[in-house]
Amino acid sequence: MQVNNSEFKPKIVAFCCNWCSYAGADLAGTNRLNYPADVKIIRVPCSCRVNPMFILRAFQRGADGVILCGCHPGDCHYTTGNYYTRRRMTLLFSMLDYLGIEKERTRVEWVSAAEGAKFAATMNDFVETVTKLGENKRLEDLRCKEK
Amino acid sequence: MLKLPIAKLDEFFAAIAAKETLYLPVDNEGGQAQYKEWKEGVSLSRALNTVRSAKDFFFPQTENLMEFKTQGKAIEVIDSRKESEDFVIFGVRACDARSFTILDKVFLVDPVDTYYKTRREHGTIISLACTRPEETCFCPLFGIDATEPEGDMRGWMTEDALYLEPVTEKGTALAQALGDLLEDADAAPVEEQKENTKKILEKLPFSKLDMEEFNGDNLLKLFDSPKWAGLSEACLGCGTCTFVCPTCQCYDIRDFNTGHGIQRFRCWDSCMYSDFTRMAHGNPRLTQLERFRQRFMHKLVYFPSNNDGEYGCVGCGRCLSKCPISMNIVKVIKTLGEDK
Amino acid sequence: MQREMIERAKALLADGTVNRVIGWKAGEFDYDITPAVFTTAEELDAGFLYNDLCAANLSKYLIKESRKEGKILAFLKPCDTYSFSQLLKEHRIWRDHVYVIGVPCEGKVDVDTVKSKGITGICSMRCDGETVRVETLYGEESIKKDEAMADRCLNCKSKKHVVYDELMGEEGDVLDSHRFDMVEKLENMTPDERFAFWRGELSRCIRCNACRNVCPACTCEKCVFDNDASGIAQKAAVDSFEENMFHIIRAFHVAGRCTDCGECSRVCPQNIPLHLLNRKFIKDIDELYGEYQAGADPDTKPPLNTFTQEDAEPSVIYERGGNK
Repeated sequence: MQVNNSEFKPKIVAFCCNWCSYAGADLAGTNRLNYPADVKIIRVPCSCRVNPMFILRAFQRGADGVILCGCHPGDCHYTTGNYYTRRRMTLLFSMLDYLGIEKERTRVEWVSAAEGAKFAATMNDFVETVTKLGENKRLEDLRCKEK
Repeated sequence: MLKLPIAKLDEFFAAIAAKETLYLPVDNEGGQAQYKEWKEGVSLSRALNTVRSAKDFFFPQTENLMEFKTQGKAIEVIDSRKESEDFVIFGVRACDARSFTILDKVFLVDPVDTYYKTRREHGTIISLACTRPEETCFCPLFGIDATEPEGDMRGWMTEDALYLEPVTEKGTALAQALGDLLEDADAAPVEEQKENTKKILEKLPFSKLDMEEFNGDNLLKLFDSPKWAGLSEACLGCGTCTFVCPTCQCYDIRDFNTGHGIQRFRCWDSCMYSDFTRMAHGNPRLTQLERFRQRFMHKLVYFPSNNDGEYGCVGCGRCLSKCPISMNIVKVIKTLGEDK
Repeated sequence: MQREMIERAKALLADGTVNRVIGWKAGEFDYDITPAVFTTAEELDAGFLYNDLCAANLSKYLIKESRKEGKILAFLKPCDTYSFSQLLKEHRIWRDHVYVIGVPCEGKVDVDTVKSKGITGICSMRCDGETVRVETLYGEESIKKDEAMADRCLNCKSKKHVVYDELMGEEGDVLDSHRFDMVEKLENMTPDERFAFWRGELSRCIRCNACRNVCPACTCEKCVFDNDASGIAQKAAVDSFEENMFHIIRAFHVAGRCTDCGECSRVCPQNIPLHLLNRKFIKDIDELYGEYQAGADPDTKPPLNTFTQEDAEPSVIYERGGNK
């Protein structure tokens, strides 16, 4: 779905693990790297904390894209958390795709505490992808739209 | 008696739809019938009845009651009701047509449910006589004549024509509005159809169940019957029976935080659910036995006690064909009725 | 088979091995069969039934039943034993309180499927080899058995009993089924077609929760959807979001534990093919993490409770399957 609306600014929810990705976002900030202000970061203790319902509820509440960032596989602060995340999210995203919901609206990215530049680049790229897709229509909750 | 050649059925639907919204049973993706709005190209289902009953039109599964918005210390209350428009429901069977009188006894007594009342006033019901009842049908048990359904206008469909008879003012007005489309006709084919259908109705296995036991005088005896344990043991506690039932009328009122206000809505509830009428201490009906008992006691004992002996069941047979474990009101009547 | 089962049950009741029997009880017609617990020989004679119409999976009832005094005899079909084994693995059933007799299954006739062929007013139904003879209010009809079965039986995954104390009849084998054909067909559609397909199906949902309550894998003491704070009210089908959310999460919560018994689709009053959601997860798990049949083996780890360092990245779904 291509939308020719240059005005459209997608709302993005980014779940970031406390130990790597959130620190990575911090680093992006201290290094003054630009990424869109529409990315709302939610800090979680580990990417593994993110229940599939969190992702769906973010869409319900008006997100146009949801990205989940965690430590690189092997670097999890809790040793194995992100390995479980990897399996869960693969299955969840595949299911969303199966239901015909644009798979590009969801993403998992591994960002370490040292990767401020990667964080900013990832967010820029994700925002661009979602902007192209336009507004989230297939997983929206009409009650939550401001009239 | 009015008549419409079957070939003009679409014309008839179009004429109604031109005036007001028309709903009729249509086959859906699941191979079953459901009420849908008529539009060009939509054809009437040949199924005996819809899975969801026609009560949806007057008592929808969910409905917004009001909205709240807060600004500082001020709360703004917004009425969510939309202007109601007139609508017509075509193809309501005798059982569902009777269910409206039962729902009226709940919603139109003081305090009147104005949401329900408005929709009742705006709706015109064209009922349709049955010709091929199912084995699960038992409406004759409740004095319902499937060949002569209630409604604002009643209809009989034969192979070549639809016969119509206006019953109420609303029905007469609708018939007049349709003008030339309907012609006067002899009622003989209708009488013939009624005769044939009655022969089948006679054969229905549950149309003559013994209901003597079910009255307010036996309330405690029935309530304390040890048989509820066996009847309810396999119950899954789902809401299928309740949600397909044309007479179940319990609802819950809930608030939903939309992020920019609060939406207060009501939705069907089921006494089979574990959180039905839950209070601070929990559900007063602790196990599925009590919940199961409540549903049938309500329909067979409490409701008739409060409503001049009218049972809260119309014998549509939906719960018979839809219960995942095939436990239903007929089995309850048979099992408890034995204890006379 | 039914006679043999009743005799065996009576013998086990008489010698005190068990004090109850869970099985299927006859109803008003041949097809409206209810799961029931029998405690005496007389009750067994009066109502116990086993034939090609006994479709209900009895395993979930054993969670509660096994916590009661004494041992219960359970007759389990191959399908049911997978669910039973999965529940054992999750420590939900007390094994030493259940005496399992495996009984064969030749595929169950599904009354909704028969009705969908235009046969109405069914008063009695009997399987006569490969033919189902139906007596209706409007005369006699007959239908081939394989036209009278639901998808779950037409694409039976296994006739093998994975757990039992005793077996009646011959042991069957794991079968090669075509159970993923429809999933594959959907995967090959465009996202728009898939979206339209699922909207058409899920929009009929009435949120009766039958699929959840019947599911032998759904055994939480309190379901997430019964939690007022979950942001989704269990009894309201308010809009399309809630339908999607409920069905995605319902299927996700049993991913890796669903044995594909097909009860969800059997009980759905709206004929929504819910098993297609579960099968998608099963197919994905098979493809990404290796073949896995829930319930088949008590010792393997469920795929979502384990991992390997070489697992595919979530981005794999951008590259695979169907039209993009």
